[in-house]
Amino acid sequence: MNSGSQYDVAIIGAGLSGLAAGIRLAHFGKRVCIFERHNAVGGLNSFYSLGGRKYDVGLHALTNFVPAGVKGTPLGKILRQLRIDRDELALSPQKGSRVAFGPGGESVLRFTNDFALLESEVASKFPSQAEGFRRIAAFVRDMPLSGGAAGPSARAYIRGCIGDPVLEDMMLCPLMFYGSAREDDMDLSQFAIMFRALYLEGFARPLEGVRVIMRVILEKYREAGGERRMKCGVRSIVAREGRAAALVLDTGEEIRADHVLSSIGADETQALLGARPRAARTLGYVETISVLDRAPAALGWGDDTIVFFNDSERFTYRDPAEQVDTRSGIICFPNNFDYGPGRGLAEGFFRVTCLAHYESWKGLTEAAYAAGKARWFGEIQESAMRFLPRLEAADALARATVATDMFTPTTVEKFTGHFRGAIYGSPEKNPDGRTALSNLYLCGTDQGMLGIVGSMLSGISMANRHILQAPAAAA
Amino acid sequence: MICAANHHMTNEECKKAVLDIIADIAPDEDLSNVKPDVRLRDQLQLDSMDFLDIVMELRKRHGIEVPEADYMRLASLDSCAEYLTPKFNALAAKS
Repeated sequence: MNSGSQYDVAIIGAGLSGLAAGIRLAHFGKRVCIFERHNAVGGLNSFYSLGGRKYDVGLHALTNFVPAGVKGTPLGKILRQLRIDRDELALSPQKGSRVAFGPGGESVLRFTNDFALLESEVASKFPSQAEGFRRIAAFVRDMPLSGGAAGPSARAYIRGCIGDPVLEDMMLCPLMFYGSAREDDMDLSQFAIMFRALYLEGFARPLEGVRVIMRVILEKYREAGGERRMKCGVRSIVAREGRAAALVLDTGEEIRADHVLSSIGADETQALLGARPRAARTLGYVETISVLDRAPAALGWGDDTIVFFNDSERFTYRDPAEQVDTRSGIICFPNNFDYGPGRGLAEGFFRVTCLAHYESWKGLTEAAYAAGKARWFGEIQESAMRFLPRLEAADALARATVATDMFTPTTVEKFTGHFRGAIYGSPEKNPDGRTALSNLYLCGTDQGMLGIVGSMLSGISMANRHILQAPAAAA
Repeated sequence: MICAANHHMTNEECKKAVLDIIADIAPDEDLSNVKPDVRLRDQLQLDSMDFLDIVMELRKRHGIEVPEADYMRLASLDSCAEYLTPKFNALAAKS
């Protein structure tokens, strides 16, 4: 065996959690290598180029954004732990977002990075619920940042504080869309993490998108001395005497490591150990992307950053029966962040995301898949446009569109390896990260933290707890 | 390594070494007025992750091991100096 196949730590997957863990470990002198099957880093938060344009996958906005000087928050923790200067991330705050419910979006709750706006919106539109809403916010503020595991129902807790089902659904809709792996409800601890991430803290984005964040993270990893092997997936994990004894790569090469950190998901990791994947009910998404020849505001759509919409009496967050559920969704205008005077995106972007049913996209013939995309592209955008100011001409969007793209759960599965194209992983979370093998740990989406900041915090905390702290205790 | 220099380290130099580490791991903290006899946690925003980093940096930069059972001896700058200065000097004597 050559010296290139023995590491202190092998990390499976070069997404944000794996890279963040890698930075910590390499910084403190561990010999680390990250193995990534894809040719690009980022995992669920990646980026690509198509027709000379750059697109983000996943990222609508970085959540958990707080301005400089606000301490004791998840963003502050990752900056410290990864030795990142916050200016390096070049984050620009959102302009303002809203939740719009009803057939034409009649019920509205606006929110920005200043929580006071959402509080006043609730107080003016649901006056009898204002006190209960304040109690929920106070509860979330007192909750530890790391949250917890499977727990009591968030809906049951909320109903103890507020008695209006419309407010309950409006409050939950963005939180579920941006991070719930559980249908129609959330674990209370996940609810608290998301309430903090979206409402108490807020949204921001680098002008050039997620690739700015990836560039910074990759540079830190390289500086710390971490190794990375791309287009080099892990085919299997060899278990011996209760330990991960070796990794077998797609090339057939064998790698040995004292510790293995897997960021690819709980079931996906089990599959590397030869287990058959469980038929977990996960949630998939489709997204349509239209590139416009002008900013959305110039088209007449205003300054919204994100719009969470739902046209029905209640908000349904379930694996749809059809290919797509267009009753509800997320509209994102990456143009509508406050990039500063004279700075902005050269083109307009209109992105709409809806829940999608994996099985009805999987295994289609090429023609049937293309037909599905063509049909739903139009239906998704039409549904979303009910919640935006009406355009003067019926064909205004079509005339302003210079390029389009669309992804489905099978696209996500193909490029990330996450079973069923699940964005938020399995409904059961493993906050401890331990597995049946003593030196194999999970980080990332199934460890239970969410979003860009959460995924990095997941990698950091698993590296600290299981690998960096352990030798210090034994010393 | 800074402290491998063959001289006797004073308590003040030891406190400076600890503050240098804190300045790097928590650049957003104002360290100009840290009181040596007050717990670091009570005057700075440092959590258990940050204390782990102080321990790791002591090992990385100075070769000093702090077992988990002794973490509480890093509570204030004074207690850091009392606990770490002999360790620094023991290492310097060896080199």
